[in-house]
Amino acid sequence: MDENIAEAIVAAPEADASDAVDAETFRVKMTTRNVNVHYAEKHALRDVTLDIGEREVTALIGPSGCGKSTYLRCLNRMNDTIDICRVTGRLELDGQDIYDDSVDVVQLRASIGMVFQKPNPFPKSIFDNVAYGPRIHGLVSDRADLDQLVEQSLRKAGLFDEVKDRLGDPGTSLSGGQQQRLCIARAIAVGPEVILMDEPCSSLDPIATARIEELIDELRQNYTIVIVTHSMQQAARVSQKTAFFHLGDLIEQGETPQIFTNPRDEKTQGYITGRFG
Amino acid sequence: MTDSAQSVLIAGQKEKVRRGLDRRLRSERRFRAYGIVAIVLAILMLLFLVGTIVSNGYSAFTQTWIKVDVLLDEELIAPDGETDPETLREDGDFRGALIETLVADYKPEGRAQEDLLVAMFSTEAEWTLQRHVIANPDLIGRKITIWVKSSSDIDQLTKGAVRRDSPESGRKLKDLQLRWYDRMTAENRIETRFNSGFFSSGDSREPEQAGIWGAIVGSFLTMLVTLVLAFPVGLAAAVYLEEFAPKNRLTDLIEVNVNNLAAVPSIVFGLLGLAVFLNFFELPRSAPLVGGMVLALMTLPTIIISGRASLLAVPPSVREAALGLGASRMQVVSHHVLPLAMPGILTGTIIGMARALGETAPLLMIGMVAFIVDIPGGPTDASTVMPVQIYLWADSPERGFVEKTSGAVMVLLVFLIVMNASAVYLRKKFERRW
Repeated sequence: MDENIAEAIVAAPEADASDAVDAETFRVKMTTRNVNVHYAEKHALRDVTLDIGEREVTALIGPSGCGKSTYLRCLNRMNDTIDICRVTGRLELDGQDIYDDSVDVVQLRASIGMVFQKPNPFPKSIFDNVAYGPRIHGLVSDRADLDQLVEQSLRKAGLFDEVKDRLGDPGTSLSGGQQQRLCIARAIAVGPEVILMDEPCSSLDPIATARIEELIDELRQNYTIVIVTHSMQQAARVSQKTAFFHLGDLIEQGETPQIFTNPRDEKTQGYITGRFG
Repeated sequence: MTDSAQSVLIAGQKEKVRRGLDRRLRSERRFRAYGIVAIVLAILMLLFLVGTIVSNGYSAFTQTWIKVDVLLDEELIAPDGETDPETLREDGDFRGALIETLVADYKPEGRAQEDLLVAMFSTEAEWTLQRHVIANPDLIGRKITIWVKSSSDIDQLTKGAVRRDSPESGRKLKDLQLRWYDRMTAENRIETRFNSGFFSSGDSREPEQAGIWGAIVGSFLTMLVTLVLAFPVGLAAAVYLEEFAPKNRLTDLIEVNVNNLAAVPSIVFGLLGLAVFLNFFELPRSAPLVGGMVLALMTLPTIIISGRASLLAVPPSVREAALGLGASRMQVVSHHVLPLAMPGILTGTIIGMARALGETAPLLMIGMVAFIVDIPGGPTDASTVMPVQIYLWADSPERGFVEKTSGAVMVLLVFLIVMNASAVYLRKKFERRW
């Protein structure tokens, strides 16, 4: 398994060069300090302190139930919808506390988009799926602008050429990979700064997965991306930073190549070499 | 262990399995047989029920008419020589004209025989004649031929429900009437026609004049009130409880009580309506308004429960997708969850309404059991509803009401089938897959 990972890193030689550039211009987009999450009595996340860099991909890895998805859902306050969930600690977007009373959660989620594990297009047309966000936020004033925005979003998600002749078809008629790209286009259409992805490829076949990974790499130019993944190869392929979670603790974080080639913690070592997982 | 010993062992195991297999297959066959027997029994009972109703009731849709020649005697119909509708309606003695002609034709001896002759015709006959003459006043003074309704007894005789061979004292139709009837039949004066009056008139003491239209209109108005009250309230309650309400002791208590209300006997709702709507708020008795309110109370729990179940069935991924895009909770509900849940909610509502349509007990408590001839014009007019009409007719002693009862049951069943079919249709039509 670690051979594959090493291959993946070698296969992306420009990663090192761009990392060097990033190191100079590195800017923190989101900071989280001592984040704790409780589900009723269960302490799901303990004292997580992590910085998420702007315009780079941060991968969250770890065995099932380690809290990585919980952490991701704190970043756009999706946990608010769960009655028994309690979040403490400080989470900031561009220095602004996102759990502050003055922050409108609707506006927050417009700046921090989310793509889910299972593709979940609305049972509406492809066009309406993408247009939904701009419509509810009132981003466009007339139909021509909306058409343009939908086209742009679909193009950015690499889906436009495949669906341009059937924008009226239901979004659910697409294949799994196309549905997931539609969901990405839908998130992009609102104009977010950060995109959270919760295991976006876990229900896709390898070809569709490769397509999404390429897309993530392209999107990195314009967006800050946080991705939860079960696949270490995927983390190695798409991310610049990696954070390893285990049983609710953030064990280790750092540059992706360093995590995979020279982990400091033996739990990380154990996980990436497949001793547990 | 030698090979042969092992093969013996294997053969022994196979034998065990085979015997067990026989037992398992037998129990499966037995179970299937029970199932088939149950289905056959159910179908037989249903056929028996429907067969009884139809064989009793199909004759309610026909009616016997008698052809009479009437001399429109000016002396009786227009004694002042005036033929405008008002005067004819006020002063015209159409009954007299009819009897005069009948007496001349059939020559009854004495007053008693004359009464027997008149009793062969519906009391509605003179109104049929009156309408005809008012529409054609130039017929006055001439002899016309007109079809009028027979009495219910003659109707039953035509339909074969009366035995001629029983002793005369034991039947309503006397020998003389039977002779006149036979003469009319010989002269082709008897005809069986579609009973349109059954679908266009209200209740009556005379079976041949009784119709179900008043009850249909009453049922419609009652259902309208029920729907207008129960659907919005039930829908809003279901949405609030399922999507917005915090999960705590209070909402748990509400949920338990809603579920319990669905199981409360309907007559209890009738008592409630009597105490609250009639006695306290002094709303009109026997009115579809109050009936609809009572049935709305009864239907509410059904709508809330089915509504919540449909909302719960909407996959959470749709909610998450919309929330993740920054939709407010209200937008999530109104744009995504409600449209997806609507077919289920509508199905639950229609089934609840169908139950309300067939409900009798609570309406008895608020006075909708009265004998009402007029077709109700609005929700505050006294009226009755179909199941109560059936109950009233089933209670009437006249032979003619037996077929009316079954006929009304058939009409009610048609309404229920149409409602349930539309529920199925709506569910199929608006069901969306994801």
